Amino acid sequence: MSTETAQAEVKKPAEGLLSKRRKKFITDPLVDNNPITIQVLGICSALAVTTQMQPTLVMAISVIFVMVMANLTISLMRNTIPTRVRIIVQLAVVASLVTLVNELLKAFAFDMYKELSVFVGLIITNCIVMGRLEAFALGNKPYDSILDGFGSALGYSWIILAVAFFRELLGSGSVFGVQVYDAISGLFGEGFSLATNGLMVSPVGAFIILGLIIWVQRTKTGYVEH
Amino acid sequence: MELISLGIKSIFIDNMVFAYFLGMCSFLAVSKKVSTALGLGAAVIFVLTVTAPTNWLLNEFVLKEGALTWLGASFATVDLSFLRFIMFIAIIAAMVQLVEMVVEKFAPALYGALGIFLPLIAVNCAILGGSLFMAQRDYTLAEATVYGFGSGTGFFLAIVALAAIREKLKYSNVPSGLKGLGITMLLTGLMGIAFMSFMGIDL
Repeated sequence: MSTETAQAEVKKPAEGLLSKRRKKFITDPLVDNNPITIQVLGICSALAVTTQMQPTLVMAISVIFVMVMANLTISLMRNTIPTRVRIIVQLAVVASLVTLVNELLKAFAFDMYKELSVFVGLIITNCIVMGRLEAFALGNKPYDSILDGFGSALGYSWIILAVAFFRELLGSGSVFGVQVYDAISGLFGEGFSLATNGLMVSPVGAFIILGLIIWVQRTKTGYVEH
Repeated sequence: MELISLGIKSIFIDNMVFAYFLGMCSFLAVSKKVSTALGLGAAVIFVLTVTAPTNWLLNEFVLKEGALTWLGASFATVDLSFLRFIMFIAIIAAMVQLVEMVVEKFAPALYGALGIFLPLIAVNCAILGGSLFMAQRDYTLAEATVYGFGSGTGFFLAIVALAAIREKLKYSNVPSGLKGLGITMLLTGLMGIAFMSFMGIDL
Protein backbone atom coordinates (compact mmCIF):
# COMPACT_ATOMS: atom_id res chain seq x y z
CA MET A 1 0.00 0.00 0.00
CA SER A 2 2.67 2.47 1.04
CA THR A 3 4.53 2.35 -2.28
CA GLU A 4 1.29 2.91 -4.19
CA THR A 5 0.52 5.92 -2.10
CA ALA A 6 3.98 7.30 -2.65
CA GLN A 7 3.75 6.88 -6.42
CA ALA A 8 0.39 8.54 -6.69
CA GLU A 9 1.60 11.42 -4.58
CA VAL A 10 4.59 11.91 -6.81
CA LYS A 11 2.38 11.96 -9.88
CA LYS A 12 -0.15 14.33 -8.41
CA PRO A 13 1.64 16.52 -5.93
CA ALA A 14 -1.17 19.03 -5.98
CA GLU A 15 -3.83 16.69 -4.61
CA GLY A 16 -3.70 13.91 -2.02
CA LEU A 17 -4.71 10.37 -2.86
CA LEU A 18 -7.82 10.74 -0.75
CA SER A 19 -8.38 14.46 -0.65
CA LYS A 20 -11.65 15.87 0.60
CA ARG A 21 -13.03 16.20 -2.91
CA ARG A 22 -12.18 12.59 -3.70
CA LYS A 23 -13.59 11.26 -0.46
CA LYS A 24 -16.87 12.80 -1.50
CA PHE A 25 -16.94 10.56 -4.59
CA ILE A 26 -17.12 7.58 -2.28
CA THR A 27 -19.22 8.90 0.59
CA ASP A 28 -21.79 10.81 -1.44
CA PRO A 29 -23.46 7.84 -3.12
CA LEU A 30 -23.69 5.99 0.19
CA VAL A 31 -26.43 8.14 1.68
CA ASP A 32 -27.09 11.58 0.24
CA ASN A 33 -27.04 10.61 -3.39
CA ASN A 34 -27.68 6.88 -3.19
CA PRO A 35 -28.13 5.36 -6.65
CA ILE A 36 -31.08 3.20 -5.61
CA THR A 37 -33.01 5.22 -3.07
CA ILE A 38 -32.44 8.72 -4.43
CA GLN A 39 -31.61 8.40 -8.11
CA VAL A 40 -33.92 5.40 -8.75
CA LEU A 41 -31.38 3.50 -10.83
CA GLY A 42 -30.40 -0.13 -11.05
CA ILE A 43 -33.42 -1.63 -9.37
CA CYS A 44 -33.85 -4.09 -12.23
CA SER A 45 -31.19 -6.63 -11.38
CA ALA A 46 -30.99 -5.73 -7.71
CA LEU A 47 -34.10 -7.23 -6.23
CA ALA A 48 -34.27 -10.63 -7.83
CA VAL A 49 -31.21 -11.99 -6.03
CA THR A 50 -32.02 -10.67 -2.57
CA THR A 51 -33.89 -13.65 -1.10
CA GLN A 52 -30.64 -14.82 0.53
CA MET A 53 -27.60 -12.91 1.79
CA GLN A 54 -24.99 -15.05 0.05
CA PRO A 55 -26.00 -14.62 -3.60
CA THR A 56 -26.60 -10.97 -2.83
CA LEU A 57 -23.03 -10.60 -1.63
CA VAL A 58 -21.73 -12.27 -4.80
CA MET A 59 -23.92 -9.97 -6.87
CA ALA A 60 -22.67 -6.92 -4.98
CA ILE A 61 -19.03 -7.90 -5.50
CA SER A 62 -19.67 -8.51 -9.20
CA VAL A 63 -21.28 -5.11 -9.60
CA ILE A 64 -18.42 -3.39 -7.74
CA PHE A 65 -15.90 -5.10 -10.03
CA VAL A 66 -17.81 -4.31 -13.22
CA MET A 67 -18.40 -0.69 -12.27
CA VAL A 68 -14.84 0.08 -11.24
CA MET A 69 -13.36 -1.58 -14.32
CA ALA A 70 -15.92 -0.10 -16.72
CA ASN A 71 -15.43 3.38 -15.30
CA LEU A 72 -11.67 3.00 -15.60
CA THR A 73 -11.82 1.69 -19.18
CA ILE A 74 -14.24 4.30 -20.46
CA SER A 75 -12.35 7.05 -18.67
CA LEU A 76 -9.10 5.96 -20.36
CA MET A 77 -10.82 5.95 -23.74
CA ARG A 78 -12.89 9.07 -23.18
CA ASN A 79 -10.99 11.26 -25.63
CA THR A 80 -11.14 8.75 -28.47
CA ILE A 81 -14.81 7.74 -28.33
CA PRO A 82 -16.95 9.56 -30.90
CA THR A 83 -20.04 10.99 -29.19
CA ARG A 84 -22.48 9.43 -31.63
CA VAL A 85 -21.51 5.82 -30.97
CA ARG A 86 -20.69 6.14 -27.28
CA ILE A 87 -23.67 4.09 -26.09
CA ILE A 88 -22.60 1.12 -28.21
CA VAL A 89 -19.00 1.46 -27.00
CA GLN A 90 -20.17 1.58 -23.39
CA LEU A 91 -22.41 -1.45 -23.90
CA ALA A 92 -19.55 -3.37 -25.48
CA VAL A 93 -17.17 -2.60 -22.62
CA VAL A 94 -19.72 -3.48 -19.95
CA ALA A 95 -20.81 -6.63 -21.76
CA SER A 96 -17.21 -7.85 -22.00
CA LEU A 97 -16.64 -7.26 -18.30
CA VAL A 98 -19.87 -9.03 -17.38
CA THR A 99 -18.93 -11.96 -19.59
CA LEU A 100 -15.67 -12.14 -17.66
CA VAL A 101 -17.49 -12.19 -14.32
CA ASN A 102 -19.91 -14.80 -15.64
CA GLU A 103 -17.14 -17.11 -16.82
CA LEU A 104 -15.27 -16.69 -13.52
CA LEU A 105 -18.38 -17.62 -11.55
CA LYS A 106 -18.99 -20.58 -13.82
CA ALA A 107 -15.45 -21.82 -13.23
CA PHE A 108 -15.00 -21.19 -9.51
CA ALA A 109 -18.48 -20.99 -7.99
CA PHE A 110 -20.75 -23.12 -10.08
CA ASP A 111 -23.54 -23.35 -7.48
CA MET A 112 -23.64 -19.59 -7.25
CA TYR A 113 -23.63 -19.37 -11.04
CA LYS A 114 -26.69 -21.63 -11.19
CA GLU A 115 -28.47 -19.65 -8.52
CA LEU A 116 -27.86 -16.23 -10.02
CA SER A 117 -28.69 -17.56 -13.52
CA VAL A 118 -29.53 -14.73 -15.89
CA PHE A 119 -29.16 -11.97 -13.34
CA VAL A 120 -25.39 -11.73 -13.70
CA GLY A 121 -25.97 -11.08 -17.39
CA LEU A 122 -28.45 -8.39 -16.53
CA ILE A 123 -25.70 -6.30 -14.92
CA ILE A 124 -25.15 -5.17 -18.53
CA THR A 125 -28.43 -3.33 -18.51
CA ASN A 126 -28.02 -2.13 -14.93
CA CYS A 127 -28.78 1.55 -15.25
CA ILE A 128 -26.28 2.51 -12.53
CA VAL A 129 -23.37 1.27 -14.61
CA MET A 130 -24.52 3.04 -17.76
CA GLY A 131 -25.52 6.10 -15.80
CA ARG A 132 -22.10 6.56 -14.16
CA LEU A 133 -20.27 5.90 -17.43
CA GLU A 134 -22.38 8.49 -19.17
CA ALA A 135 -22.42 11.06 -16.40
CA PHE A 136 -18.94 10.72 -14.93
CA ALA A 137 -16.38 8.52 -16.66
CA LEU A 138 -16.81 10.24 -20.03
CA GLY A 139 -15.62 13.52 -18.61
CA ASN A 140 -13.18 12.74 -15.80
CA LYS A 141 -9.71 11.39 -15.15
CA PRO A 142 -9.22 7.61 -14.61
CA TYR A 143 -8.42 7.71 -10.90
CA ASP A 144 -11.42 9.90 -10.07
CA SER A 145 -13.60 7.62 -12.18
CA ILE A 146 -12.45 4.55 -10.26
CA LEU A 147 -13.38 6.23 -6.99
CA ASP A 148 -16.72 7.33 -8.38
CA GLY A 149 -17.54 3.85 -9.67
CA PHE A 150 -16.50 2.30 -6.38
CA GLY A 151 -18.64 4.73 -4.40
CA SER A 152 -21.76 4.23 -6.48
CA ALA A 153 -21.35 0.46 -6.44
CA LEU A 154 -20.95 0.55 -2.64
CA GLY A 155 -24.11 2.62 -2.33
CA TYR A 156 -25.90 0.01 -4.42
CA SER A 157 -24.37 -2.87 -2.48
CA TRP A 158 -25.37 -1.79 0.99
CA ILE A 159 -28.97 -1.25 -0.08
CA ILE A 160 -29.32 -4.69 -1.66
CA LEU A 161 -27.54 -6.28 1.32
CA ALA A 162 -29.96 -4.53 3.68
CA VAL A 163 -32.93 -5.75 1.65
CA ALA A 164 -31.47 -9.27 1.60
CA PHE A 165 -30.85 -9.19 5.35
CA PHE A 166 -34.49 -8.48 6.15
CA ARG A 167 -35.83 -10.81 3.49
CA GLU A 168 -33.69 -13.72 4.62
CA LEU A 169 -34.27 -13.08 8.32
CA LEU A 170 -38.04 -12.69 8.08
CA GLY A 171 -38.59 -15.08 5.18
CA SER A 172 -36.31 -18.00 6.03
CA GLY A 173 -35.37 -17.18 9.62
CA SER A 174 -31.65 -17.16 8.90
CA VAL A 175 -28.72 -14.84 8.18
CA PHE A 176 -26.06 -15.98 5.69
CA GLY A 177 -27.62 -19.44 5.87
CA VAL A 178 -27.23 -19.63 9.68
CA GLN A 179 -30.54 -20.41 11.32
CA VAL A 180 -31.34 -17.56 13.72
CA TYR A 181 -34.97 -18.35 14.40
CA ASP A 182 -34.19 -21.91 15.53
CA ALA A 183 -31.52 -20.63 17.91
CA ILE A 184 -33.92 -18.09 19.42
CA SER A 185 -36.64 -20.73 19.75
CA GLY A 186 -34.12 -22.98 21.46
CA LEU A 187 -33.52 -20.37 24.15
CA PHE A 188 -37.15 -20.40 25.18
CA GLY A 189 -37.44 -24.18 25.29
CA GLU A 190 -40.13 -26.50 23.93
CA GLY A 191 -43.33 -25.17 22.47
CA PHE A 192 -41.89 -21.81 21.47
CA SER A 193 -41.25 -21.15 17.82
CA LEU A 194 -41.05 -18.17 15.52
CA ALA A 195 -43.00 -18.34 12.27
CA THR A 196 -41.33 -17.33 9.02
CA ASN A 197 -43.16 -15.05 6.62
CA GLY A 198 -43.52 -16.67 3.20
CA LEU A 199 -44.37 -13.34 1.60
CA MET A 200 -40.82 -12.12 2.21
CA VAL A 201 -39.38 -14.85 0.01
CA SER A 202 -41.67 -13.89 -2.86
CA PRO A 203 -40.95 -10.83 -5.02
CA VAL A 204 -43.62 -8.89 -3.15
CA GLY A 205 -41.47 -8.90 -0.01
CA ALA A 206 -38.61 -7.25 -1.92
CA PHE A 207 -40.79 -4.40 -3.14
CA ILE A 208 -42.23 -3.73 0.29
CA ILE A 209 -38.91 -3.96 2.15
CA LEU A 210 -37.25 -1.65 -0.37
CA GLY A 211 -40.16 0.79 -0.13
CA LEU A 212 -39.78 0.89 3.65
CA ILE A 213 -35.99 1.30 3.48
CA ILE A 214 -36.46 4.19 1.07
CA TRP A 215 -38.99 5.74 3.45
CA VAL A 216 -36.64 5.51 6.44
CA GLN A 217 -33.65 6.73 4.46
CA ARG A 218 -35.42 9.66 2.87
CA THR A 219 -36.96 10.72 6.15
CA LYS A 220 -33.47 10.79 7.65
CA THR A 221 -31.87 12.73 4.82
CA GLY A 222 -34.92 14.96 4.35
CA TYR A 223 -35.05 14.30 0.62
CA VAL A 224 -38.48 14.91 -0.89
CA GLU A 225 -39.44 13.99 -4.44
CA HIS A 226 -41.80 16.28 -6.32
CA MET B 1 -52.71 -25.24 -27.11
CA GLU B 2 -49.38 -25.40 -25.35
CA LEU B 3 -48.40 -22.12 -26.96
CA ILE B 4 -51.53 -20.44 -25.63
CA SER B 5 -50.81 -21.63 -22.13
CA LEU B 6 -47.19 -20.45 -22.43
CA GLY B 7 -48.45 -17.07 -23.57
CA ILE B 8 -50.87 -16.74 -20.65
CA LYS B 9 -48.21 -17.95 -18.26
CA SER B 10 -45.71 -15.35 -19.43
CA ILE B 11 -48.29 -12.56 -19.22
CA PHE B 12 -49.73 -13.23 -15.79
CA ILE B 13 -47.83 -15.82 -13.77
CA ASP B 14 -44.22 -15.18 -14.83
CA ASN B 15 -44.85 -11.47 -15.21
CA MET B 16 -41.64 -9.67 -16.12
CA VAL B 17 -42.12 -6.98 -13.50
CA PHE B 18 -43.77 -8.75 -10.60
CA ALA B 19 -42.02 -12.11 -10.73
CA TYR B 20 -38.56 -11.22 -12.09
CA PHE B 21 -38.13 -7.50 -11.39
CA LEU B 22 -37.14 -6.89 -14.99
CA GLY B 23 -37.54 -3.52 -16.64
CA MET B 24 -37.94 -1.86 -13.26
CA CYS B 25 -36.01 1.26 -14.22
CA SER B 26 -38.34 2.34 -16.99
CA PHE B 27 -41.27 0.84 -15.09
CA LEU B 28 -40.68 3.35 -12.30
CA ALA B 29 -39.46 6.25 -14.39
CA VAL B 30 -42.09 6.30 -17.14
CA SER B 31 -45.19 5.44 -15.12
CA LYS B 32 -46.22 8.95 -14.16
CA LYS B 33 -48.76 9.35 -16.96
CA VAL B 34 -50.97 6.76 -18.64
CA SER B 35 -50.38 8.13 -22.14
CA THR B 36 -46.60 7.80 -22.01
CA ALA B 37 -46.88 4.44 -20.26
CA LEU B 38 -49.06 3.21 -23.15
CA GLY B 39 -46.39 4.32 -25.65
CA LEU B 40 -43.54 2.65 -23.82
CA GLY B 41 -45.57 -0.51 -23.20
CA ALA B 42 -46.44 -0.83 -26.87
CA ALA B 43 -42.82 -0.30 -27.89
CA VAL B 44 -41.67 -2.98 -25.43
CA ILE B 45 -44.20 -5.51 -26.74
CA PHE B 46 -43.01 -4.83 -30.26
CA VAL B 47 -39.28 -5.00 -29.56
CA LEU B 48 -39.58 -8.13 -27.39
CA THR B 49 -41.66 -9.91 -30.03
CA VAL B 50 -39.01 -9.12 -32.64
CA THR B 51 -35.83 -9.69 -30.61
CA ALA B 52 -36.79 -12.98 -28.94
CA PRO B 53 -37.05 -14.99 -32.20
CA THR B 54 -34.06 -13.14 -33.70
CA ASN B 55 -31.88 -14.01 -30.74
CA TRP B 56 -33.26 -17.54 -30.85
CA LEU B 57 -32.01 -17.92 -34.41
CA LEU B 58 -28.65 -16.42 -33.44
CA ASN B 59 -28.35 -18.75 -30.46
CA GLU B 60 -29.44 -21.82 -32.41
CA PHE B 61 -27.28 -21.33 -35.48
CA VAL B 62 -24.22 -19.49 -34.18
CA LEU B 63 -23.70 -19.51 -30.43
CA LYS B 64 -24.81 -22.88 -29.03
CA GLU B 65 -22.40 -25.75 -28.69
CA GLY B 66 -22.33 -27.48 -32.06
CA ALA B 67 -24.54 -24.82 -33.60
CA LEU B 68 -22.01 -24.07 -36.30
CA THR B 69 -22.19 -27.60 -37.72
CA TRP B 70 -23.87 -26.21 -40.84
CA LEU B 71 -20.54 -24.62 -41.75
CA GLY B 72 -18.81 -27.98 -41.87
CA ALA B 73 -18.12 -31.00 -39.70
CA SER B 74 -15.00 -29.46 -38.17
CA PHE B 75 -17.14 -26.81 -36.45
CA ALA B 76 -19.22 -29.37 -34.56
CA THR B 77 -17.35 -28.88 -31.30
CA VAL B 78 -17.22 -25.08 -31.33
CA ASP B 79 -19.02 -23.55 -28.37
CA LEU B 80 -19.50 -19.80 -28.55
CA SER B 81 -22.05 -19.50 -25.77
CA PHE B 82 -19.70 -17.28 -23.75
CA LEU B 83 -20.33 -14.62 -26.40
CA ARG B 84 -24.04 -14.71 -25.63
CA PHE B 85 -24.24 -11.45 -23.66
CA ILE B 86 -22.36 -9.37 -26.20
CA MET B 87 -24.20 -10.82 -29.20
CA PHE B 88 -27.63 -10.52 -27.61
CA ILE B 89 -27.13 -6.91 -26.57
CA ALA B 90 -25.74 -6.09 -30.01
CA ILE B 91 -28.76 -7.65 -31.71
CA ILE B 92 -31.09 -5.79 -29.37
CA ALA B 93 -29.38 -2.45 -29.97
CA ALA B 94 -29.37 -3.03 -33.73
CA MET B 95 -33.01 -4.15 -33.72
CA VAL B 96 -34.09 -1.11 -31.75
CA GLN B 97 -32.23 1.12 -34.19
CA LEU B 98 -33.86 -0.66 -37.13
CA VAL B 99 -37.32 -0.48 -35.62
CA GLU B 100 -36.77 3.19 -34.96
CA MET B 101 -35.85 3.89 -38.57
CA VAL B 102 -38.74 1.86 -39.96
CA VAL B 103 -41.26 3.53 -37.68
CA GLU B 104 -39.87 6.95 -38.51
CA LYS B 105 -40.17 6.28 -42.23
CA PHE B 106 -43.57 4.61 -42.40
CA ALA B 107 -45.44 5.84 -39.31
CA PRO B 108 -44.21 9.29 -38.39
CA ALA B 109 -47.19 9.87 -36.09
CA LEU B 110 -46.36 6.82 -34.00
CA TYR B 111 -42.70 7.84 -34.04
CA GLY B 112 -43.58 11.21 -32.62
CA ALA B 113 -45.73 9.60 -29.93
CA LEU B 114 -43.01 7.17 -28.82
CA GLY B 115 -40.32 9.82 -28.91
CA ILE B 116 -37.38 9.11 -26.65
CA PHE B 117 -38.72 5.74 -25.46
CA LEU B 118 -37.70 3.78 -28.53
CA PRO B 119 -33.92 4.28 -28.17
CA LEU B 120 -34.17 3.83 -24.39
CA ILE B 121 -35.58 0.36 -24.83
CA ALA B 122 -32.15 -0.94 -25.82
CA VAL B 123 -31.08 -0.73 -22.19
CA ASN B 124 -34.34 -2.03 -20.76
CA CYS B 125 -33.53 -5.14 -18.73
CA ALA B 126 -36.82 -6.76 -19.73
CA ILE B 127 -35.64 -7.10 -23.32
CA LEU B 128 -32.27 -8.66 -22.54
CA GLY B 129 -33.85 -10.71 -19.75
CA GLY B 130 -36.43 -12.07 -22.18
CA SER B 131 -33.71 -13.25 -24.55
CA LEU B 132 -31.60 -14.77 -21.76
CA PHE B 133 -34.55 -16.65 -20.24
CA MET B 134 -35.53 -17.86 -23.70
CA ALA B 135 -32.01 -19.26 -24.23
CA GLN B 136 -31.83 -20.75 -20.75
CA ARG B 137 -35.16 -22.57 -21.01
CA ASP B 138 -34.47 -24.11 -24.44
CA TYR B 139 -37.62 -22.84 -26.11
CA THR B 140 -38.42 -23.66 -29.72
CA LEU B 141 -38.72 -20.85 -32.27
CA ALA B 142 -42.52 -20.67 -31.93
CA GLU B 143 -42.31 -20.76 -28.16
CA ALA B 144 -39.67 -18.02 -28.17
CA THR B 145 -41.92 -15.77 -30.25
CA VAL B 146 -44.94 -16.39 -28.05
CA TYR B 147 -42.81 -15.90 -24.94
CA GLY B 148 -41.47 -12.59 -26.27
CA PHE B 149 -44.95 -11.35 -27.07
CA GLY B 150 -46.40 -12.62 -23.79
CA SER B 151 -43.77 -11.09 -21.54
CA GLY B 152 -44.02 -7.82 -23.47
CA THR B 153 -47.76 -7.82 -22.90
CA GLY B 154 -47.21 -8.54 -19.21
CA PHE B 155 -44.92 -5.52 -18.96
CA PHE B 156 -47.48 -3.42 -20.86
CA LEU B 157 -50.28 -4.37 -18.46
CA ALA B 158 -48.14 -3.72 -15.40
CA ILE B 159 -46.87 -0.29 -16.45
CA VAL B 160 -50.26 0.95 -17.64
CA ALA B 161 -51.94 -0.20 -14.42
CA LEU B 162 -49.26 1.43 -12.28
CA ALA B 163 -49.49 4.68 -14.26
CA ALA B 164 -53.26 4.75 -13.76
CA ILE B 165 -52.85 4.29 -10.01
CA ARG B 166 -50.14 6.95 -9.81
CA GLU B 167 -52.35 9.45 -11.66
CA LYS B 168 -54.99 8.99 -8.96
CA LEU B 169 -52.34 9.08 -6.26
CA LYS B 170 -51.58 12.71 -7.04
CA TYR B 171 -54.61 13.69 -4.98
CA SER B 172 -53.67 11.68 -1.90
CA ASN B 173 -51.74 12.87 1.09
CA VAL B 174 -48.59 10.73 1.12
CA PRO B 175 -45.97 11.18 3.91
CA SER B 176 -43.18 13.33 2.49
CA GLY B 177 -40.42 10.72 2.83
CA LEU B 178 -42.57 8.19 1.03
CA LYS B 179 -43.46 10.43 -1.91
CA GLY B 180 -42.41 9.28 -5.34
CA LEU B 181 -40.28 6.17 -5.34
CA GLY B 182 -41.21 4.92 -1.87
CA ILE B 183 -44.94 4.78 -2.36
CA THR B 184 -44.45 3.42 -5.87
CA MET B 185 -42.44 0.49 -4.51
CA LEU B 186 -45.14 -0.28 -1.95
CA LEU B 187 -47.79 -0.02 -4.67
CA THR B 188 -45.83 -2.37 -6.88
CA GLY B 189 -45.67 -4.80 -3.97
CA LEU B 190 -49.44 -4.68 -3.53
CA MET B 191 -49.97 -5.15 -7.27
CA GLY B 192 -47.59 -8.09 -7.05
CA ILE B 193 -49.82 -9.68 -4.41
CA ALA B 194 -52.77 -9.27 -6.77
CA PHE B 195 -50.81 -10.91 -9.58
CA MET B 196 -49.81 -13.74 -7.24
CA SER B 197 -53.41 -14.88 -7.25
CA PHE B 198 -52.89 -16.07 -10.84
CA MET B 199 -50.28 -18.52 -9.60
CA GLY B 200 -52.80 -21.21 -8.74
CA ILE B 201 -54.13 -21.37 -12.28
CA ASP B 202 -53.25 -24.67 -13.84
CA LEU B 203 -53.04 -24.51 -17.61
